[in-house]
Amino acid sequence: MFTIQTPLFEDQDIRLGPIDYEHDPEVESRWTHDSEFMRLMGLKPIRPLAPSMVKKGYEALEKEIEEDKNLFYFTIRAREDDRLLGKAVLEWIDWTNGNGYLRLGIGSEKDRGRGIGSQALELLLRFAFAELNLFRVTIVIPEYNQAALGLVRKFGFVEEVRRRQAILRDDQIWDLLVFGLLRSEWAVETREVEG
Amino acid sequence: MEDLFKGRFVRLAGVDPEEVSKTFAQWNRDSEYKRLLDTDPTRLHSIKATKDWLEKHIQEEPENTYWFAVRALEDDRLLGDIDLAVINWGSRDAFLGIGIGERAFWDKGYGSDALGVMLQYAFLELNLRRVSLNVFEYNQRAVRSYEKAGFKLEGREPQFVPREGRRYDVLHTGLLREEWMEENGNKTNTK
Repeated sequence: MFTIQTPLFEDQDIRLGPIDYEHDPEVESRWTHDSEFMRLMGLKPIRPLAPSMVKKGYEALEKEIEEDKNLFYFTIRAREDDRLLGKAVLEWIDWTNGNGYLRLGIGSEKDRGRGIGSQALELLLRFAFAELNLFRVTIVIPEYNQAALGLVRKFGFVEEVRRRQAILRDDQIWDLLVFGLLRSEWAVETREVEG
Repeated sequence: MEDLFKGRFVRLAGVDPEEVSKTFAQWNRDSEYKRLLDTDPTRLHSIKATKDWLEKHIQEEPENTYWFAVRALEDDRLLGDIDLAVINWGSRDAFLGIGIGERAFWDKGYGSDALGVMLQYAFLELNLRRVSLNVFEYNQRAVRSYEKAGFKLEGREPQFVPREGRRYDVLHTGLLREEWMEENGNKTNTK
C-alpha cells in the first residue's frame, strides 16, 4: 500500500531526477553517437549531436514543458553517485481525457539487463497513475525492440494496435506496436487496491 | 498529368489565415463537429485569436505539415480542411486528418472526395509508404468513409475518449502504398 511517504522518485538502484546541465550533455552526446541505442530509442532518422547541441535541446525541451504543460521529463540516475543512466518521459498528456504516452531508454549497453529499465518503468507508472491520476498510458514500440516488448508485457501492457510496415530501417520493414495499460489494471497489479 | 489538387466535387487549396479564420471561428461553435474532430475540449476563440493561431500554425514545420483548405468546385465555397502530418520521413509515414465544417455538406461524398485527392497527393507527390488515420468509434460516418477509401483497421485503444460520462475507443487504421496503388494505379499513367 503506497502512501504520501512512499518516495515517487526513488527505487532500489536508481532515482528519477532533473536535467543536470553541467554533467548530462556530454553523456547524452555519447548516446546520440551510438546508432544501436538511438534506433531503439527513436523512430525518426537519428543524428549524432555535440554536447552543446544536446544542451540546446534541453533548453528547448524545458521551454516546451513550460509552454505546453503536457510533458514530464525525468533523467534516470544511479542511486549511489547520481550518474546519468537514461531518460524517462511522460508526454502528450491529455488532461481532460486522462491519457498519456510513455517513453524510456537506458543509454549505455552495459547498464541494461540489470533491472534498471523495470525500476524506471515502475516509477514512471506510479507517477502517471498515482500523481498525475491518468486513466491510461500508451507506449509505442517497434517490433525489432525485443527487450522493450518483454518489459512492457511483464508489466501487463496490452498490445492494442499493430501499425503495419510503419518502420523502414536497414532496408527492412517492421511493424510498430501500440501497447496500453489502464490505471485499473495497474492498481490491481501493484495491489494499490485490495483484491 | 492530371490536376493533383482536383477531385470530382472539391479541390484542395492554400489556407489564407484572414479568410479561413472567420469560417473556422464559426465552425468551432458547432460542438458536434468539434467532438467528431478531436479530443481537445473546445474553446470558442474570437476571429482574431483564430487568425493569430492560424498564422502561427501555418509556418510551423512546413516540411512535415501539409495542410490544405477543401473548397467546392461548383462555387469555391470553403467546406473544411485536410492535413497530412509526416511523423517519420525515414519511414515515410504520415497521419491524415480531415474535417468538413459545413454541415450541409455532410453525407454527400464531399469528405470522401477530399480524402481521395489527399491520398493521391500522399502517394504520388510525397511518395509516402503508408498513411495512418485514427477515428473515434462514435464517428460512424467517418469510419465508413475511411473503410471505403481502403484504410484497414489495425487495432483500437480502448476507452480512450470520455464523452458525456462514457468512454469510447479510438480506432487505428492504416493504408499501405501497395494497397492504394492496386486500387488507383491507373492514375499514374502519365506518358
